[in-house]
Amino acid sequence: MNWVNAVIQGILLGGQYALIACGLSLAFGVMRIVNLAHGDLAICGAYLGLVLSSALGVPVWVTLPLLLPAAFAAGMALQVLLLGRALRHGVLAPVLVTFGLSAMIENLLQVAATSDPRGLNGGALTLASFTVGSVTVSWLFLAAFLTACAVLSGLQLALSRTSWGRQVRAIADDLDTARLVGVNVAPVFATVAGIAVATAALAGVFIGTIGTFDPLAGTNTLIFAFEAVVIGGIGSLAGTLIGGIALGVTQVVVGEINQAYAVLAVHLLFLAVLVVRPGGLFAAHQAAHEPRRQGALG
Amino acid sequence: MTPDGPLLEIAGLDVFYGDFQALFGVSMSVARGCVTALVGANGAGKTTLLRTIAGAQAAERGVVRYGGTDITAAPPHRRISRGIALVPEGRKLFPSLTVEENIQVGAVAAASGAWPLERIYDAFPMIATRRKQRAATLSGGEQQAVAIARALAAAPSVLLLDEISLGLAPRVVEELYQVLHGLRAAGTTLVIVEQDLSRAMDASDQLVCLLEGRVALAAAVTEVTRDLVIAAYFGQGRS
Repeated sequence: MNWVNAVIQGILLGGQYALIACGLSLAFGVMRIVNLAHGDLAICGAYLGLVLSSALGVPVWVTLPLLLPAAFAAGMALQVLLLGRALRHGVLAPVLVTFGLSAMIENLLQVAATSDPRGLNGGALTLASFTVGSVTVSWLFLAAFLTACAVLSGLQLALSRTSWGRQVRAIADDLDTARLVGVNVAPVFATVAGIAVATAALAGVFIGTIGTFDPLAGTNTLIFAFEAVVIGGIGSLAGTLIGGIALGVTQVVVGEINQAYAVLAVHLLFLAVLVVRPGGLFAAHQAAHEPRRQGALG
Repeated sequence: MTPDGPLLEIAGLDVFYGDFQALFGVSMSVARGCVTALVGANGAGKTTLLRTIAGAQAAERGVVRYGGTDITAAPPHRRISRGIALVPEGRKLFPSLTVEENIQVGAVAAASGAWPLERIYDAFPMIATRRKQRAATLSGGEQQAVAIARALAAAPSVLLLDEISLGLAPRVVEELYQVLHGLRAAGTTLVIVEQDLSRAMDASDQLVCLLEGRVALAAAVTEVTRDLVIAAYFGQGRS
């Protein structure tokens, strides 16, 4: 057993979980939508990568300049055509709509691509690795982790420094007042949804390159993403990264002891955090947990 | 737009919250540069009227006209670009944003000529030193000043103020009203909801009293007595 190696592999794996989770966290923080199709959208990203990279005959990384804008546009369209409308009918409607969307995506993928597990062409990066002392690090895992860190810090920077970010945070604090003081909510929601789906698709590309995927892989992906968000604290991107890393380290370290309990340990960690700190380890602001205020009378 | 017509005109406004009707055929007109005080008991519909003018509440029937243009169906951000800004009841700051960020959010829909931050801090010296502080950590008076500053950031021609003195010390209220005097002198049209009747009558040119969602009295301040307003306030002498 090599504990140092296990912890490092766990941290790297955690980056992937955080990359899937950040869009889920952002969409919930801003729009109060728990997108149950988020994992399936990530897998759609993997399939789109498969189609593009085999059509063009290039490693999947080369297709990202096409894939990411397409995913962003799909996210915007999803928000404008479906989720935005569902939001007008209370909190339950978006849950039902995304649940239905999840089932639809899984079945459509089975019809279009069969249930065979697939993998993506990651080029030379797939098998390359380097060794430091007793630890061997895959370049692909490291790339996934660094990408996750870059995406999360880029998002954090955009949220804290730009006018768009201020509007997003104002909406997360108080939607009604944000609208009242002049925030045009619909385009902000659309960009947030676009980012959520684009980051999910990027995560899907890493999932498909590191391992294999099939039409039903989205559900499992969603559970890990959801747990990373809750452990880290809803609305906190730094928390999401820590949450993802906590999941990854738990999974790999327990797996080192007994592989059969690795995934179970992850779910137990999630339950333990819910019991001890229901708001998550890094709950960003209280407003995220309050129900939305209704219009005042008077 | 006729230069002599009212800047803001409301005609036959019916507003509902679900099955509950909050306003019944409310009409009112506000001249450019004029200060209108909106008075009435709790639940009379003052906040609803301001929110309807600002676009936060939809009208079932009736018209809101601004500078002669029908804006009844316009969303809040379009009304702000035209020059109508609201300081909501209870301040409603964004608690996790800093003072400066709150003010910047207020400017996102501003048309040309938005107030630069420096001009806002000049008007409100009490918040100038707090600009990097989170809004949730401010005192009530400071929060109210930020709420007004956030609305001013959009450089409004009409500023709607909902109960800005609520829960504040008289000295702080005095400071805030000094700022309003300055705005009035600079030509901003104001519509204020104020519980303190003497203060409302002192600060305004026109008084509109609402009673259970209807206009009970609308007159120039010089033409009404305190007793007349109180009678309208409580619905005494209604036939």
